[in-house]
Amino acid sequence: MTDRPEGIPESEADRPAREFRRYVTGGVLSLALTLAAFGAVALRLVAGQGALVVLGLLALAQIVVQFRYFLHIDLQKSHRDDLQLILFTALIVGLMVGGTIWILFDQHTRM
Amino acid sequence: MLGALDWQAIVFVRAWRDPSASELIGAAAGGLAVTGALAAVVLLSVFRLWRPLWSGWLTSLDHKKIGIMYIVLSLVMLLRAVIEAALMRLHQLVAVGQGGPLSPEHFAQLFSTHGTIMIFFMAMPLLTGIINYVMPLQIGARDVSFPLLNAISLALTAAGAALVMVSLVIGRFSTGGWSGYATYTELAYSMGEGVDYWIWAVTLSSLGSTLSGLNFAVTIYKKRCPGMTLFRMPLFCWTTLCTSILMIFAMAPLTAATVMLALDRYAGFHFFTNDAGGNMMNYANLFWLFGHPEVYILILPAFGVYSEVFATFSGKTLYGYRALVFATMCIAVLSFTVWLHHFFTMGQSANINAVFGIATMTIGIPTGVKVYEWLMTMVRGRIRLTTPMLFAVTFLVTFVLGGLTGILLANPTIDFSVHNSLFLVAHFHNMLIPGLLFGMIAAVQVWFPKAFGFRLHEGWGVAGFVCWVAGFYLAFMPLYALGLMGAMRRTSQWARPEYGPWLAVALLGAVLVLGGVFCLAMQLFVSIRRRKELAVPVGDPWDGRTLEWACPAPPPEWNFTVIPKVASGDAFTVMKREGRAYEMPDDIEDIEMPANSAVAPVICVASVATGFAVTWHIWWLAVLGLAAGWGAVIARSFVLDTKRRIPAATLRASHAAWLDRLRRTVPVSRAGETDPRNDGLAEHGA
Amino acid sequence: MSGADTRHPGLNLGQTDAGGHDAAEEVVFGFWVFLMSDMVLFAILFATYATMSTHGQAGGPAPLDLVDLGSALAETLLLLGSSFTFGMASLALKYREGRTRLVAWLALTFVLGAVFVGWEVHDVHVWITQDDAPPQRSGFLSAHYLLTATHGLHVAAGLLWMAVIAVQIGWFGLIREVKLRLMRLALFWHMLDIVWIGIFTFVFLYGAVR
Ligand code: HEM
Ligand SMILES: [Cu+2]
Repeated sequence: MTDRPEGIPESEADRPAREFRRYVTGGVLSLALTLAAFGAVALRLVAGQGALVVLGLLALAQIVVQFRYFLHIDLQKSHRDDLQLILFTALIVGLMVGGTIWILFDQHTRM
Repeated sequence: MLGALDWQAIVFVRAWRDPSASELIGAAAGGLAVTGALAAVVLLSVFRLWRPLWSGWLTSLDHKKIGIMYIVLSLVMLLRAVIEAALMRLHQLVAVGQGGPLSPEHFAQLFSTHGTIMIFFMAMPLLTGIINYVMPLQIGARDVSFPLLNAISLALTAAGAALVMVSLVIGRFSTGGWSGYATYTELAYSMGEGVDYWIWAVTLSSLGSTLSGLNFAVTIYKKRCPGMTLFRMPLFCWTTLCTSILMIFAMAPLTAATVMLALDRYAGFHFFTNDAGGNMMNYANLFWLFGHPEVYILILPAFGVYSEVFATFSGKTLYGYRALVFATMCIAVLSFTVWLHHFFTMGQSANINAVFGIATMTIGIPTGVKVYEWLMTMVRGRIRLTTPMLFAVTFLVTFVLGGLTGILLANPTIDFSVHNSLFLVAHFHNMLIPGLLFGMIAAVQVWFPKAFGFRLHEGWGVAGFVCWVAGFYLAFMPLYALGLMGAMRRTSQWARPEYGPWLAVALLGAVLVLGGVFCLAMQLFVSIRRRKELAVPVGDPWDGRTLEWACPAPPPEWNFTVIPKVASGDAFTVMKREGRAYEMPDDIEDIEMPANSAVAPVICVASVATGFAVTWHIWWLAVLGLAAGWGAVIARSFVLDTKRRIPAATLRASHAAWLDRLRRTVPVSRAGETDPRNDGLAEHGA
Repeated sequence: MSGADTRHPGLNLGQTDAGGHDAAEEVVFGFWVFLMSDMVLFAILFATYATMSTHGQAGGPAPLDLVDLGSALAETLLLLGSSFTFGMASLALKYREGRTRLVAWLALTFVLGAVFVGWEVHDVHVWITQDDAPPQRSGFLSAHYLLTATHGLHVAAGLLWMAVIAVQIGWFGLIREVKLRLMRLALFWHMLDIVWIGIFTFVFLYGAVR
């Protein structure tokens, strides 16, 4: 995802500026999401299970932001390998974490 | 100064103080290990081989040499583990209704070392070695992506194996089985050094395997020769890729589990303890998060080998290549979804058991697809029943049998009644021996001539095959019956006389398996003596289909004079058919190969020292070892000149010599494949 | 151009150093794979934490007792800041001829990272001495310390790595090997910030509300 339509060559000169803006955007968005999460807790806007969902979503958003702006993972063709790897890792992580929690919580309720 | 170590720990001292049969057997085993090590040192010194060993092997970063070192390591460990298996069988037979020669504690050490060695220090190094040797050649590369890392992986694995060997002489090994369940291995129940030996040996091996997996996966992604798309790769490379991905993702839970266990034991943490909020069930969960993918790490490479064997020795293209690839991928992903079937009996609700039971049975589908594919590859082929093919055909039948018992076990209600019985032991040996060991033996038979320039003796190969197969069936079929009669695993003696006959047959089987190991050793010995007659210098003894056969045997350090270009699968077959297989390339250039490095041997020694030190609480040595290992890595990062240049002239001369040899060679038809006429040039289409 | 010249995660050298760009593809990808494996390790620690923090308190301290929101926020900002400054260092590596800016940004990153580690050590000190919550007290605390300490050790290892590279920048200059190492360290560093997002969210923030 670039800021310009495909096929139009960018000028080499404004590339550093663009890449700089990218980090700034990432930093600002991350900061905002961080403050939102801390604020929600500090101001007691969230509680209980609902908090888990809200905080989890904020964290997920920030993770996506950092992948996008700091690690430069995006949806371009040439990037598909890395993206696939991340998605596969996410699948495995989901299976392992989800499975572990499912199994151990279930066992706990039966003790 | 020496931590918890004292004289009592040495096996000979123990046997001197308490000369019981059990201790004497332990001392004999320790004596054998020491003698073996001393003999190696003496032989190396007498024949002045230290220098060649150091500069030709230990410091070499050549993937072929690293592969061979892996295989040597695994064969040594195989020998020990098979002897232990036979000893267990002997003991159990003698012990029916009375006390056997071994103490229960000694028996427990035997099944623990046998299992740990077979999985981590026999199977893993064996398949890693074969992959190391074969995969880069098959994709037309000169080496793996990270040669030094490759050597370091070997160093870590070897260090783990060394720890297990040291435990034969100094102290005792764990009695907690290969899975080391925390219900038994926590400090409160297993004091002493045994479990610690197990923890560090396994942790080292697990780190080594993670790094190997990474290296292989990156090699396959980034180092394929021009034209070698993923779907033109030999199937063995596909199974390697899937195995590597499993290694990358599945070793982490094991490392986490062993580290947590270590924290519990060393620092009083409460991950798996019975009190203070520990959760023992999480150990089983973590262990099998690793353990189930692990069995596919073990089996997939053998699937790859069999695919190559069926195609080559039927003289046909592999049937249903794409379906085989997708089946492999399915198996790899599914293998992360079934781990709970190892602990159906642990108390979660029936629904969870049902989900995992069904997921487990699903794996049967892609596996079944594969079996049909292999069968179809043989249909209308010109089948040559040489040793590797014999193993492959036996695999098909035997593996299906083991798979069927697996489907039985996947049903939780059935599992409840045979869980942890000898039925299970029969089942997993029934998967692992055909599905791993036979495949790797077949691989050695197929690729040995490539690696050393001469074939292995066919007669001894067939003899070995007969012993292995007969031995396997005799040793393990009785265990199905014993399991159904109620015999539990890891039991050192039974009072029921009706077990006797079954155990006797099983012992006979184990002895035959030992005979199989002997035959393979003899095969090697005889082949080395007759290497002139068995020589295949041109490098294509089996009318091979893939790129590794397109270079001399043994291949030069750089594998290919110029990197091959391919335009289809079965690349070498096509090259031969089009008459392009043996040409003088006109674009030979200087190349760079990795220069030798002493980093890996340093890391190996440092890791053994650290592992040993931590096991015995010798803290200064542990710090020293860690510092040495990491110091070596950091120091290495200051070395910039890590490559060695090989001039084009050298490559050209070597290639010319090969072509010259080829011109003096008479092509041999498949009928002459196993007799001395075979010099490694296949008569094509014959 | 833009499409074809991104070959790996993180900042690509692109046309500023075409040779280095080619060489980067394989090594950076390899390191990326390593990071994925490391992520699985952290995932396991998170899953263990999730169960032990719920069932493993054994009557001892609960997650809430360890949370100091101010301290957690400070650590978060330090690490996020250092991730950003490392981004600036990467840009300096790519576009600046001299080493001054690069070294300055790296130094700043190092300081932020070091303060972060120091702060964590201070946290641990408070937990153990004031809250009477050492890892040996309960399963929950064991999991809590293992998770946070594994992350902390990673950051400390990153600092050591940064120091080694700094020496190499002085010793060899900005040669290709050093550049490629910096690019991998950058990935490592950003990744550690991503792991920290999980920690501050699930350990500290969720700990404070449940
Ligand atoms: C070659 C012939 C072999 C024989 C005769 C043999 C025999 C045995 C015996 C007697 C046991 C103990 C069973 C019990 O608990 O009562 C055992 C356990 C085991 N074997 Fe084998 N085995 C052989 C090959 C292998 C191979 C090739 C592998 C793996 C690659 C293997 C892996 C294991 C494992 C993992 C255990 C379980 C150890 C434990 O209980 O923790 N074995 N085997
Ligand atoms: Cu399984």
